[in-house]
Amino acid sequence: MICGKEDVMNVVVLVKQVPDTEAKIEVKPGTASIVTETITYVVNPYDEYAVEEALRIKEKLGEGEVTIVGMGPDKATEALRTCLAMGADKAVHLNDDAFAGSDSYAAALALSKALEGLSYDLVLCGKQAVDDDNAAVGIELAELLGIPHVAVVTKIEISEDKTKAVCHREIEGASEVVETSLPAVITAQKGLNEPRYASLKGIMQAKRKPIDAKDAASLGLSAEQVGAQGSRAKIVSMTPPPPRPAGRIVPGEPAEAAREVVKLLRDEAKII
Amino acid sequence: MADNVLVFAEQREGKFRKVALEAVSEGKRLADKLGGELSAAVIGSGVEGIAGSLGAYGAAKVYVVDDPALESYTSDGYAKALCRIIKDTEPSILLMGCTSTGRDLGPKVAARMGTGLAADCTALDVKDGKLVATRPMYAGKVLAEVVCPDATPQIATVRPNVFSVAEPDESLSAEIVKVDAEMSPEELRTRVREVIRAAGATIDLTEAQIIVSGGRGMGGAEKFKILEELAEALGGAVGASRSAVDAGWRDHQFQVGQTGKTVSPVLYIACGISGAIQHLAGMKTSKVIVAVNKDPEAPIFKVADYGIVADLFEVVPILTEEAKKLLAE
Repeated sequence: MICGKEDVMNVVVLVKQVPDTEAKIEVKPGTASIVTETITYVVNPYDEYAVEEALRIKEKLGEGEVTIVGMGPDKATEALRTCLAMGADKAVHLNDDAFAGSDSYAAALALSKALEGLSYDLVLCGKQAVDDDNAAVGIELAELLGIPHVAVVTKIEISEDKTKAVCHREIEGASEVVETSLPAVITAQKGLNEPRYASLKGIMQAKRKPIDAKDAASLGLSAEQVGAQGSRAKIVSMTPPPPRPAGRIVPGEPAEAAREVVKLLRDEAKII
Repeated sequence: MADNVLVFAEQREGKFRKVALEAVSEGKRLADKLGGELSAAVIGSGVEGIAGSLGAYGAAKVYVVDDPALESYTSDGYAKALCRIIKDTEPSILLMGCTSTGRDLGPKVAARMGTGLAADCTALDVKDGKLVATRPMYAGKVLAEVVCPDATPQIATVRPNVFSVAEPDESLSAEIVKVDAEMSPEELRTRVREVIRAAGATIDLTEAQIIVSGGRGMGGAEKFKILEELAEALGGAVGASRSAVDAGWRDHQFQVGQTGKTVSPVLYIACGISGAIQHLAGMKTSKVIVAVNKDPEAPIFKVADYGIVADLFEVVPILTEEAKKLLAE
């Protein structure tokens, strides 16, 4: 849905709450899930670039709203408040037990319904969530909304008339300069910007900003269409990665050890 | 009806990317297990000529969409072309390389077809006629097995440098099927205006077989010269840890790790890198890891096959010297 007023850009930012990258991740025995009790949760780092970019766009234009949209359980509210504290205006929280266990498709479907109720010129999100690492939701959402996308972007320039954006997209060994019509979904890569920290004032103000909770029914979705039931891809097992066989410290003086390693690479590992 | 496998074989400037051949080879293995056929999809402009070469890797048919509008990759263009081939062939499984194109095209096609996607897979198999895709999650701290029980095609993108390329059998040939996807440039909502090559990027890290990487222990941008010399002697590329990139010693495109690139080379030599979890996430599936660090407690030694506890500035030049001698033999 495009906003009518020319000079205003309303930006929606998708945000996910994920385990801290330092977290020790353990598989819950006998299940295809992880132990969550001991984990610290944070705003997905790639989504922070998206929030920051949205705030910069709003500050540059002087007008427009930044709406944070996130799907998650009750505690995900913390992540939404953090974004509001950074400066976003309002949030929508997709919160329903039925959403649990969503694959990329089911998540994108629910988010697309939430966005149908919003006015936006641009949708930003991180290129991937650091828990599932599937890097798919932003792109799948664009397809379901019927709008274009540009993924893994390190620079965004919005045209004067707000109908186009020129993005720098990271590909192997190069940066592609891609022009897209708007509205579009753009996914953020590290280097897009340096996200700000929420100020104390921002944190206080965030407490009074609205977070609109949506369950599946309010989005016109049945339980079968969302979450684990609505997922097309299902995780059937989780295991820790196989440990690497123990290596060894090659002893001796630096020069000796260096020579020995080159010999081992040839004779033992057989790779040079 | 037999279960067939379709592989999107990515080409760049008229040449198949190595991961495309890896995906085709793995696709053939899966098709054989399913008792079905392997087909490949080749999309681009002026690409008809290379399509036939996939026969040697086991493709029975190669579907080609050749159109000037597809010269550069755009998601609108390639998704339309690939979905047209999918509609015509109804494969049970769709594979592609997990490259910048695969990461872009895979999700778009998955959403358009309402099917499941497993990205960046490090192992594939079929069980009870269904694809079982193994993929890392939580930056590689967990391996998940993913299935797509009902929707088709079951889509998986494969991590480069993990699957082997089969020995080509030149006695085999593929039937080339030209497909008119009715492309029109107006439908493309994105346009590539230009490509800015990154300075110093001769080979992408994700495709390098040998990587020599430097971390905080390097101490400065100019200190990386000894790593460049070692990399050159071995025919490899130079990578960097986040510390080195954040310090401004190397560009972000060379960063290996959770917020950089995930690499899987045959040989990874880590110099002055402590081995933080986030760095390991980007390189621990390397076949052989060598670590050089002054600190015997550095976590990198836990994943290294061969470790040298010493000053890297004494060790690395000797590695280069010895490598040169060895390769000259």
